[in-house]
Amino acid sequence: MFFLIFKRFVLGLITLFIVSLITFVGVEILPGDACTSYLEREAFGVALEACIKRLGLDVPAYERYLSWAYNVIQGDFGYSLSGQMQINEVLGPRIKNSMVLASAAIIIGIPLALILGIITALWRDKLPDIIISTITIFSMTIPEFISSTLLILIVAIWLEWLPGIVIVPSDVTFLELLPNIILPVIAIAMIMTAHMARMVRSSVIQVMATDYIQMAILKGVPYWRMVFKHVLPNALLPAINVVALTIAWLLGGVVVTEVVFNYPGLGRLVIESISNRDLPVVQALGIILASIYVSINFIADLLTLMLNPRLKTLQTRK
Amino acid sequence: METNKDIFEEKPKSSLAKVLEILSTMASKPSGFIGLAILIFHVVLAVTSPWFAPYDYKSINSSLMLQPPSLEFWFGTDSLGRDVFTRTILGGRTALTVTFFGSIIALLWGGLLGIFCGLVGGRIDDIVMRIVDAFLSIPWILAMLLIVSLLGTSIEVLIPALGFFYGKGIVRVARAATHDVIAKDFIVSAKARGHSNLSIIWNEILPNVRDAILVEGAMRWSWMLLGFSSLSFLGFGVSPPTPDWGLMISNARGLMSFAWWAVISPIVGLSTLIIGINLTADAFAKALGIDRSTKAPV
Repeated sequence: MFFLIFKRFVLGLITLFIVSLITFVGVEILPGDACTSYLEREAFGVALEACIKRLGLDVPAYERYLSWAYNVIQGDFGYSLSGQMQINEVLGPRIKNSMVLASAAIIIGIPLALILGIITALWRDKLPDIIISTITIFSMTIPEFISSTLLILIVAIWLEWLPGIVIVPSDVTFLELLPNIILPVIAIAMIMTAHMARMVRSSVIQVMATDYIQMAILKGVPYWRMVFKHVLPNALLPAINVVALTIAWLLGGVVVTEVVFNYPGLGRLVIESISNRDLPVVQALGIILASIYVSINFIADLLTLMLNPRLKTLQTRK
Repeated sequence: METNKDIFEEKPKSSLAKVLEILSTMASKPSGFIGLAILIFHVVLAVTSPWFAPYDYKSINSSLMLQPPSLEFWFGTDSLGRDVFTRTILGGRTALTVTFFGSIIALLWGGLLGIFCGLVGGRIDDIVMRIVDAFLSIPWILAMLLIVSLLGTSIEVLIPALGFFYGKGIVRVARAATHDVIAKDFIVSAKARGHSNLSIIWNEILPNVRDAILVEGAMRWSWMLLGFSSLSFLGFGVSPPTPDWGLMISNARGLMSFAWWAVISPIVGLSTLIIGINLTADAFAKALGIDRSTKAPV
């Protein structure tokens, strides 16, 4: 089992290495280097030369990659082009803000998804299932920017209950941030809950159809005892990986939600750095978001392995 | 022996009959019927709308700014005095075209690469799958935005870029589907007969994995539409004054406290189209007997 965990870990590292190559080569082969695309019309003479010097664009690409990778491993992403700031200083508060948003959405989303998923599975094709499933399909398919815009229109503009957009500097304390994040959290949690509830539903339905559950029913095990002791432990294990993938997938959607609500998180930084053509920041964001994705997947693998004794022997044999 | 005889006597169905059969299975359930109806409505609308659009989509009239819905302007006018009804019925054309051709590109390269990797296995498979994993872990929006901001937002850039980024998930599905059939006797015997890899892919594997890949492609279509309209919304998709729902929502959003009609119409257009494609893809999967319920949206 330890070998398996180690193997997953190494595979994750290899993936990150390839990601770093892709972001570096991608920025390299696209037309225009960091300086010409950043300076645009002023890209000539002294300004261009100074920029090239500062970024070290005059040395060969592979040397630049090596020194960049060496610094990134030590946690130093270099300097951003627009703010003249260290990228780490730019990233710090943004990561914190995004974490606040994501964890709030996860804390609301996972229990809600479990409850909804179990209800829809146990009352399959009956009225509760039809109503909840219709709602989940709607919130799954409608783009984030539409659900966020509708939330703002209904809750903030028509009902005037909550502020519609977040107007705070990026380094506020948590308590000041709280009333501002309610709507964005609802917008993100809605989609996440819908995806996970669908997964829990189909997983529970699959387990309910197995022989050992039929056996438990025939033996006369009380219904709710059977649900909690026999169905759920078996149904929720396979859902862990899928939940992880859903969370990771939401990283892309969070960008849009943060822009709609003007929330100072990582997602808006993505848009800002790309609009400013601040390629060093874009590279740093690529690596960071990819690391989040890879680590979420790794944690999910670990959890599945630890919670499911059967997998330990099954997969090492393979 | 009786069963064998039956198999030989059954006439092979023409491909048109098969398509009709699948369509009727899809339409037999209410969700599939609604999905197909919405999708057909949108496609017909997109094709015919230039002929019956009441106004010019780009004519700006400052005296008619932000008019509420009336008999003259059914859905009102936007902040530049343009007719929202005209722009709404024209707004799906670019999105449908770009995502349709993008999905085909995604299906082609993702499907073929996946089958190839599943068939050859070994080191090539390992390397390709590592690279696909790496691409999967970069958020699509970051990569798309970077490409579009550096290469421009023309359709010639958007279609291949979307096709490329939404195809990498198909590689995995096609590879898994290939793994399912690869150990079957007919592949082994085709190999034993000395057929080339290309001939095995075309004659033996493709007919068996086609359904799985097509279903995945249909699903990707709706995700790609979501991605494309998100790009438009962020200002990185089609450029104004082209009517596009994502762009219309983003333009009208700032004024929606007193001109809600300009933002509601494109929202209804885009939501119904995405829901329609989703329901259709779901019904398509069910009609072909493929279970997608436990898949994550990657």
